[in-house]
Amino acid sequence: MNFKNNYLDIYKNMLRIRLVEEEIAKRYSEQNMRCPVHLSIGQEAIASGVMNHLNKEDKIYSTHRCHAHYLAKGGNLNKMISELHGKASGCCGGRGGSMHLFDEEAGIMSSLPIVGSVIPLAVGNALTIKLKKERLVSAVFFGDGAIEEGVYHESANFAKIQSLPVLFICENNLFSVYTPLNERQPSADLTRHAKSHDIKYLRCDGNDISKVNEFAFEAIEYIRKNNQPFFIQFDTYRHREHCGPNFDDELDYRKKNEVSFWFENDPIINEKNRLINDKILTENENKKLIDTYLNEIDEAFKFADQDSFPDPATAESFVYEF
Amino acid sequence: MNSSRNLTLSDALCEATHQAMKENKNVFVIGEGVTDPKAIFGTTKDLVNNFGVDRVIEAPLAENGLTGFCIGSAMSGMKPLLIHQRVEFALLSVEQIFNNAAKTHYVSAGKHSVPLVIRMIIGRGWGQGPAHSQSLEPIFSYVPGLRVIMPSLANDAKDMLYSALKEKIPTMFIEHRWCHYVTGDVKKSASKINLDGPKVIKKGKDITVVAFSYMIYEALLASEILEKFDISSEIIDLRILKPLNLKPILESVSKTRTLICCDTGFREYGISAEISASITENLFDSLKKPVSRIGLPNRPTPSSRALAANYYPTAENIIMEAKKILNFTDDILINMINYLKEKKPNIRADVPNPLFKGPF
Repeated sequence: MNFKNNYLDIYKNMLRIRLVEEEIAKRYSEQNMRCPVHLSIGQEAIASGVMNHLNKEDKIYSTHRCHAHYLAKGGNLNKMISELHGKASGCCGGRGGSMHLFDEEAGIMSSLPIVGSVIPLAVGNALTIKLKKERLVSAVFFGDGAIEEGVYHESANFAKIQSLPVLFICENNLFSVYTPLNERQPSADLTRHAKSHDIKYLRCDGNDISKVNEFAFEAIEYIRKNNQPFFIQFDTYRHREHCGPNFDDELDYRKKNEVSFWFENDPIINEKNRLINDKILTENENKKLIDTYLNEIDEAFKFADQDSFPDPATAESFVYEF
Repeated sequence: MNSSRNLTLSDALCEATHQAMKENKNVFVIGEGVTDPKAIFGTTKDLVNNFGVDRVIEAPLAENGLTGFCIGSAMSGMKPLLIHQRVEFALLSVEQIFNNAAKTHYVSAGKHSVPLVIRMIIGRGWGQGPAHSQSLEPIFSYVPGLRVIMPSLANDAKDMLYSALKEKIPTMFIEHRWCHYVTGDVKKSASKINLDGPKVIKKGKDITVVAFSYMIYEALLASEILEKFDISSEIIDLRILKPLNLKPILESVSKTRTLICCDTGFREYGISAEISASITENLFDSLKKPVSRIGLPNRPTPSSRALAANYYPTAENIIMEAKKILNFTDDILINMINYLKEKKPNIRADVPNPLFKGPF
């Protein structure tokens, strides 16, 4: 596999995610999407950079904050927006909502809301890959809170001892809801939780797409060559509230200088400026990209709006698979 | 020719696992101790020699993780059999069992399956104490999407484990340690059977007794005593606690108009409580007397055999409940109890059979 230096594609991928998330935020108050939403705004670079090196057949697992991962991996936009509306064409047929996105055709296996809960599922899929002698990678995204859960450590240990092709991606956005990392752990260096399991690791600024792209390549190459797990810590920041469409910095739980540091370190604005500087993109082309995506997103919302609700009589189906 | 041999229930489970692994290369076994010299009370004997360490995985002590690994592998095409030597170990994994194993098929609108079987072992006696062999089947039976199986008869256990491994439903397969010693005619080859619920294992007309797992043996003993005094009892082996198929129980109770339910676990909030409520809802007018429930008292299990003496229900408790329902005289009851003691002299409430020397 060669290093994919396709920064314009990655930028487009990030931009599209941002626009989808902003549209959800904008329309949330209409109360047609009646499920909790955990927006990925600010954290898009990690999803887009990692997915740049995963193939369609590779598997990913995600959390309550799954929109970016779902979209970056190629999850169907209509099925996502319909699911948020509780409609029949949603990826779960309206049974899961925003925190349960999956799209098997795109290798998106499962997203789960309970912190840490999805990590062993990714490891289990890697066990299948090993037993069936497939040459795939199973990647799992989780946050800085999940690494405090025992199940992360159980999963890391097992992945190492069984030599499983798992990529552990820890998105450290510094907060578990309102509780900062430094009140929960003695160090912001979360790679120590890889080291203790004898797993190779890297750490970088998760908002620096060049770095994310480079490190993801190195990790995934290593996994494919060695059938061993790998861990990456990406430091990042969410722009909006933990759950919901709004900004919530009036609550003062995050330091003002920290907020402004990370908002200025916006992966999409930075990358756009870089691409324009390097003459890979023009302002005009960027505007066209935005229009194209807004159009696509508008179509997805129209689709969801026109989509029917699931038949109430089907609520009893699929409890058991007889 | 599918000939029978006299085997223990634990040997029957071992044979079912060998057969399932031989027939389907996607079946794998994982757990703490599955390859060790004791081989989960003999139930995983020779598996690792026959199928190798890739398919018989000795696990680190990580029950919640293990359950998640099994769910993830089941969703991606494997058929895991996860084994816990004690049901309590599974308590560390209820998040995975309740949220992921049970719900995934439903939440994905049928697109995902979790064909996972988890074997868990419960027991009674031999000083196991408060946290080492509890009957926790009601908590698993509470959750929609899980199937809960509790075998009592050797060949049936073999067929049920084998069949569960062929199906796609996440299954809690709960074995009573004392049932491991039970012997019976066990067919060489396990059969795929319908896992559709309770079975009448003894016909009768005066009183219906619903039991499962080890309590089947106490019910059979009680039935033998009652029969000596011309009381005929119908015994239903519940077998599959969840999803609950009431039909065979309704049919039996419609005939006898009486019911005693026996739990291996606590009487309060137990399996019997659910059956009792359902039967009362459906057959209130036919019942001669209120439904009787037999189970453990509302306190933890003490270790000392002195404190555990009257803790576990036996055939005697079933006979006492039968008296309440059928109103036979005190003299008859005394004769029954004496006859029971004659039949089972030196019965010790905390030891399974005379060959057993502990520990388990």
